[in-house]
Formats: sequence, C-alpha cells, structure tokens
Amino acid sequence: MNILLSVLVIFAFAFVGPFVGKYAEKFSGWILALVPLSVFLWFAGFIPEISGGEVFNESHVWVSYLGINMSFYLDGLSLLFALIITGVGTFIMIYGGGYLAGDPNIGRFYFSILLFMGSMLGVVLADNIIALFIFWELTSISSYLLIGYYHEKEESRKSALQALIVTGSGGLAMLAGFIILSIITGTMEISEMFSQSLAVSEHPWYLGMLILVLLGAFTKSAQFPFHFWLPGAMAAPTPVSAYLHSATMVKAGVYLMARLNPVLGGTIEWTYIVTIVGAITMVVGSWLALAHTDLKKVLAYSTVMALGTLTMLIGLGHEYAVKAIAVFILGHSLYKGALFMVAGTVDHEAGTRDVNLISGLRKTMPITATFGCIAALSMAGMAPLLGFIGKELVYEAALSANVFPMALITVAVLANIAVVASSGIVAIRPFFGEYKEHDKHVHEAPASMWIGPAVLSVLSIIFGILPFLIDGTIISKAAASVAGTPELVVSLSLWHGINAALILSVVTFLSGVAVYIFWNSFRDSRGFQGYSSVFGEAPRKGYENWLSGTLSLAAAQTRFFQNGYLRHYLLTVLSFFVIVTGFTLVTKTDVVMAASFTDIMFYEWVIAGVIMIAGLAAVLAGSGLVAIAALGVVGYSISLLYIMFSAPDLAITQVLVETLTVILVALVLIHIPKFSTFTSTASKVRDAVIAGATGLIVTLIILAVLTVEFDPFMTEYFAENSYVVAHGRNIVNVILVDFRALDTFGEIVVIGVAGVGVYGLIKLGKKMIHKEEETTV
Amino acid sequence: MNSVILKTAARLLFPLLLVFSIFLFFRGHNEPGGGFIGGLVGASAFVLFAIAFGTEVTRKLLRIDPRILIGWGLFFALVSGIMSMMAGDAFFTGQWIFPVLFGSEIHLGTPLIFDIGVYLVVVGFTLAVIFALEEEN
Repeated sequence: MNILLSVLVIFAFAFVGPFVGKYAEKFSGWILALVPLSVFLWFAGFIPEISGGEVFNESHVWVSYLGINMSFYLDGLSLLFALIITGVGTFIMIYGGGYLAGDPNIGRFYFSILLFMGSMLGVVLADNIIALFIFWELTSISSYLLIGYYHEKEESRKSALQALIVTGSGGLAMLAGFIILSIITGTMEISEMFSQSLAVSEHPWYLGMLILVLLGAFTKSAQFPFHFWLPGAMAAPTPVSAYLHSATMVKAGVYLMARLNPVLGGTIEWTYIVTIVGAITMVVGSWLALAHTDLKKVLAYSTVMALGTLTMLIGLGHEYAVKAIAVFILGHSLYKGALFMVAGTVDHEAGTRDVNLISGLRKTMPITATFGCIAALSMAGMAPLLGFIGKELVYEAALSANVFPMALITVAVLANIAVVASSGIVAIRPFFGEYKEHDKHVHEAPASMWIGPAVLSVLSIIFGILPFLIDGTIISKAAASVAGTPELVVSLSLWHGINAALILSVVTFLSGVAVYIFWNSFRDSRGFQGYSSVFGEAPRKGYENWLSGTLSLAAAQTRFFQNGYLRHYLLTVLSFFVIVTGFTLVTKTDVVMAASFTDIMFYEWVIAGVIMIAGLAAVLAGSGLVAIAALGVVGYSISLLYIMFSAPDLAITQVLVETLTVILVALVLIHIPKFSTFTSTASKVRDAVIAGATGLIVTLIILAVLTVEFDPFMTEYFAENSYVVAHGRNIVNVILVDFRALDTFGEIVVIGVAGVGVYGLIKLGKKMIHKEEETTV
Repeated sequence: MNSVILKTAARLLFPLLLVFSIFLFFRGHNEPGGGFIGGLVGASAFVLFAIAFGTEVTRKLLRIDPRILIGWGLFFALVSGIMSMMAGDAFFTGQWIFPVLFGSEIHLGTPLIFDIGVYLVVVGFTLAVIFALEEEN
C-alpha cells in the first residue's frame, strides 16, 4: 500500500493546492513544498535497503482478468528517479510560489504541477506496463496544462498542443509496442520480463515492437527529429521548464529505455538505433543552443543535447555507459534545474532573458549570480563538480564503445564544446560585463527564488568532491538496474589520472572558450544560420505541414459528410442502413410471415390503423404544426400499445417525452420558415423510395425477430434476483439503476453532453452571428 | 403568454407536479416510475411555470442554473459508483443498508443515489434546452 500511497498523497494534494494558493498566498509555495519533501524523505529511507541489493514489489489488483495491475517496482533506478522528482520538486514548489506570487491563477499552477509530480512518480515506479502507460499519458496531459499556463497567449496554446500531439502520438505507438511485448512475454509486469530477454530478442515481432516502443521514448525525450517541441515548450512559466523540461518529464523516455534495457537491449538493432539517434540528437541539439540569445532557448537545446547523450549511452549499454547514465541523470538534474530557475529569476527581475539586453547583473543580484555560475560550471564539465565526473564517464563510455568508437567520441567532444560555450552564454553574459540600465529596477530575488538554485548547485559541488556519497548509496545500484546485473565494478572518483578522457576534456574546454569568444560573429555567419534552419526549423515546419495537412483532410471530409443539411444526414444514414442491414437480412436469414393475424384484438387493429393514418398525415401535412401533431398521435398511440403489452414504465416515459417534445418543437417552429415546396418531384420520389425501403426493412427485421424463439433466461434471472439482490420489484428500474447502471451512466453522460451542446448551439451560435455582423459592419 | 387561467393553473399545478415527480421517483423501485420519469415530470413542472410566467421568474425559482444541475447529476451518479469501489466491490455494485424507521425496515442503497443523479441530469437537460429556446423568442 505504501508506494501507491506515496503517489496518491501527491494527487490528493493537487486538489488541495489551489486552496493553499488562495488562502496562504505568500507562503503557499513553502507550505506545499512540504508535500514533495515528505515523500522525498520517505523514499530516502529506502536507500540503505536498496543499496544493500534489495528490491521492493507491491501489487494492487486493478483489472485482473486483463492482467492489468496497479503494481510497483522499486529498485536503484526507480529510487534515483523518485528522489530526483520529489527532491527537485520540493524546490520547484518553493520557487513557483515566489515566481508566480500575486498571479491570480497560481492555484491552477499548483494543481497541475502536483498532478504532474504524482504522474511522473507513477511512471518511474510502475511495474505493470499498462499502469506505466497511464501515468505516462497523465504526464503528457498535465504538461499540456502547464505549458499552456499563459493560455491567453497564442504561442502558449500552440506550444502546448504541439508538445501534446508529438508526445501523445509517440505514446500511442508505445502502447501498441507494449501490447506486443506483453503478448511475446505473456506478462504485463516488467519485473517478470527481465528473465525473458532472449525470447524477446529472438521473436519475429521484435523489430516492429522495438520501433513502436522507441517511438514513445524518442518523442517524450525530444530525440531528433522530434526535438522541436522542447524549445517550443519554453512558453511555459519557468518553474515548469525547470521541472518538466529539464529534470523530470523529458527524462521519462530515457527512464523507459533504461528500464527496458535488460529486456530489449543488447541486440544489434537496439544498439544501432538507440546509439545513432542519441548521438545525432546530442550533437545537433548542442549546436542549436548557440543559435539563440534567449536564455531559456539556450538551456532547452542544451537539454536536448543531454537527452541525446543519455540515449546514446543506453544504446551502448556497457559498464562505463550505464554508470555514466546514472551520474549524468543526477548531475544534469542538479545543474539544469538550477540554471533554469536562475534564468527565470533573471527574467523575473530584469524583465527580459535575452542575453543581448542584459549584462553585469552580478552587482545587483549577487546570490543568484553566484549559484548560477556554479551550476554553469557543472554544466561545462569543470572539475571538481559533478558535471565533470559525468562528462568524463561519457568520454570513457564513448572511447570503449563496441560500435564505431571513433565517430562517437568525435561527436561527443563536438557536442561538449558547444555545451561549454552555452554555459558561458548563460552564466557570463547576464552576470558579468558592464551593467546596463534597465527600465525595471533590478534587485536581488526573494529567498524563495534562490534557495532552489543554491541547494542544487551546492549539491553539484559536494557530490563532485565526495562522489562516494552517491556512488555506494544510489548511483551504482541505479546503474546496475540499467545493466540488468546485480553489481558493477566501475566506481566513481574525481581524479582518474592523466588519461585520454582528461586530455579530451581539456581540448573540449579550450575549444568551447574559443567558440564562446567568437560567438557573436559565429552566430551570424551564413553557414551557421543554414545549419540552424535545417536542423532546428525544418523538423518543426515538417510537423506544422503535417498538422495542417491532417486538418485540411479532416475539413474536406467533414464538408463532404457534415454538409449541414439535416435531410442529407438522414439520407446518408438511412440509405446506409437499408443497404447494409437489408443485405445482411436477405442473405443471412429466411424471412417468413410467422405471425398469425387471428389472435389480434379489434382494438389493437384500431390503434394500428390510427398510427398508420397519423403517419400518412405527417407525410402529407402542409405545415410543420400539423406534421408535429400527427407525429404526436403516433407517439401516444404507441404508448397505448406499451400499456396493453404491460410495459407501464415505457408508456409513461413515452407520454412524457411526447409532451415535452411538443413544447420543444413549438419553441423551435417559431424560428423555422414555412414549409416550402421547392423540392423537385425527382427528389421527392428518391426520398419516398428510401423511406419506404427503410420501413420495409424494419418490418422485415421485426418479423425475423419474432421467428426466433424467445429465450427467457435473462428475464427469469432479473425476475428472480431483482428483489433478492437489488431490493426492488420494478425490474425495469432495477435494471436501469443497478444491474446495468454503467450503461445508464453512459447514457446520462450523453444526455449531459448533448444538453451542453444544444445550449451552446442556441446561445453561442447567436452570439457568433452577432459578432460576424459587428465585424462586417 | 398572458393568461389568467394558465397562471392560476400553473401556480396550483407546479407544487403538485413537483410532489408527483418525487413520488414517482421513489415509487420507481417497486412500481412504474424512477429517476427518468420523475425527472421528466419535475422538468414539466418548471416548463409549465415558465410558459405561464416566463423563464426569468422560473430561473429564479429554480435558483440553480440547469446546466449546473447536469453536472451535479453526473457527480451523484459517479459517486454512487465510487462508493461501491470504496466498499471493495466492482464499480456500480449496489451497496445497501437497512435502517429501521418508525418500526418499518427501509432499503437504502447506492442505486438510490444513482437514480438521484439520473433525475437531476434529466431535469437539467430538459430545462437547459427549453429555457434557452424560450429565451430566444
């Protein structure tokens, strides 16, 4: 119950959050930070047991007959992610409270971010792949709400939708992959799949399944060519970017690949696809960062680079690589979370995050500047920070790769050169140099906005100098989970001696500094502009073309079928019914006139006659009112039939519905023009044929139904159990509200939606017409 | 419509129809009636009143926007299902208690809450549409 509870607690507080935001105002962020903090501390309590080699399983029955359980699996990898999610989340709550202070919509922020936090925690803890998928989709939905936080801006809405469509489509592909995977392995629990990796990789469906699952991971983790949504998502408030788009959500894809590496990995297909996509993303993303002067855009592209690096490492999958994954995930979360928050603080205080417009802020914002610089040094991979250890391990992993090591180390160095330059852009540009006068009086941010960067960047130093603090406790077990082995031999240290990786680091740093110095002219060079438009703009344009193509196809299709003429709809529906049902009826059943006319009472004949005459009258009526009245006669007569055949519930309902229909129609009729007779004889004949055929088919169906012997099983079951089980004697009602309550629920939902829809058509339709009139006038 | 007869009749019939709708609602479990039928009668009470006195007065009488009633109805229905889950049964499995009131045993169960939901949705839907149409004229 405990792991489930940790997720549910956060979900529960999502609903409390808006109230805290409303009533605690200034302190709401600090108060709500206690939620992730307590969950963080609870998970931290698992460190001794997990580092001792234990894993925890917890399962709750959900949809047992489909093998879907709400089951959880806590090992080194899950624990590392859970700690990052709740740990960084704690500071995001504090930071968000400060960043959005005074925003009347802050409650919505708290709701969405806690909803996201719970979902993300669910993703990394879930053992059942369907449970994982549901949490995965929940992160997409909450991310949509968060990116679109400033919903009055078109750019926000567009970016939110873009992120949702890209990650959502990938998620659907992933679901298909998951289902194939569960068919191959015969289980939906990831922990039960570990032992079947051989069977999985030798299965004929392996490649197809792999591509589907990877599509989900690649879209979520912004791998090339799906990387464009991530810089777009920077339209979100900065606390969201710091949390979702650097530390947590975008790493869900990385998590998934790492989690499934023991099941799917190790094959040639896996190694090539994952390594190559990761390497391309790494180098493409890192250099795209240099094309921008917006702090958040620079950070976003360097995040793309980090995600590419992680993906490449997962593809390699050997000992150095898995170790590098664990260190890099933690290191990146620490420095990137801090840097995003710093960028947000700068934006918040200086009113812009364009590095061309700000400089020298260290004088007015010394605290923010200090921690921003520490985090940037970690990002640049400088000793003695954790980023250095991470980068060294990446180099080691690339050097000892089993597939084209020379190419990989080249792109890794190239990518890191750009990252060094990016670090300079985000740390040196805004804080050093001449102080520029700004419109807004710039001053140091409140404590809530520097405490997060402070703690995260100081942790980068501590873990960098004393790597054993994290190595034995969490990193080595996380790495072992990725590798699928119980223990690893590679251990962390700051100083490896003078080796190839260290020399490459020096080369990287010097080249990065050179790029930074010449950044201005480099950015404007034509070659670089071309690079940026090919790798940055083209995929986004491709997406937009695809989207607008889909929309125009849908529009054309809608214009064809939904042409707005009710009579055409009827024509389509009824013709289809006549053809398809008629065909089936004629070919599959023998229609015989089984019913005899002898036992029909005379008053039944009378009612039947009335119905037929009224029907005819409705068809021939010269005005709408007469037609409606005639149809009313049909309805009331049918309700008489219901009474005769002992269905009083139906009869009452029919009478009431007929009555209300008359009122409704009377209200509508006022707006409808008089019957016009502009229909041609040809179309009248066509309508008559289709109407006649429909009537004939329905009659034939009823006759066919009567020939089938009535099976009293259900009736008897309901009659016997209605009172005993459901405590009601009226079987009809008991079926409606108890035995088949789910059906009724679906129906009332339809009624509700229809009600809102009709209301909208009546009220808003008129408003829109008014608006159009106003604009044309 | 400005008719004295209609207005007088509506004033008298309105409470009668409402009581009748509640009667039908409770009756539904053992005899013909139930949330759907009760809801339709309840809605017609308000519709009649609206025809006689106009929608503005009727909306005030109803106090709550019919669209909100739809939401409450769905909420009640959903809650009745969730109560079953809380009790450890499948969604919408009826849960019953049998308190004794004035010497007779009463059957109270989640289907009753569900039926309240149906009632409210039906009333909300009918009134939302009819009021909106009337206000158009």
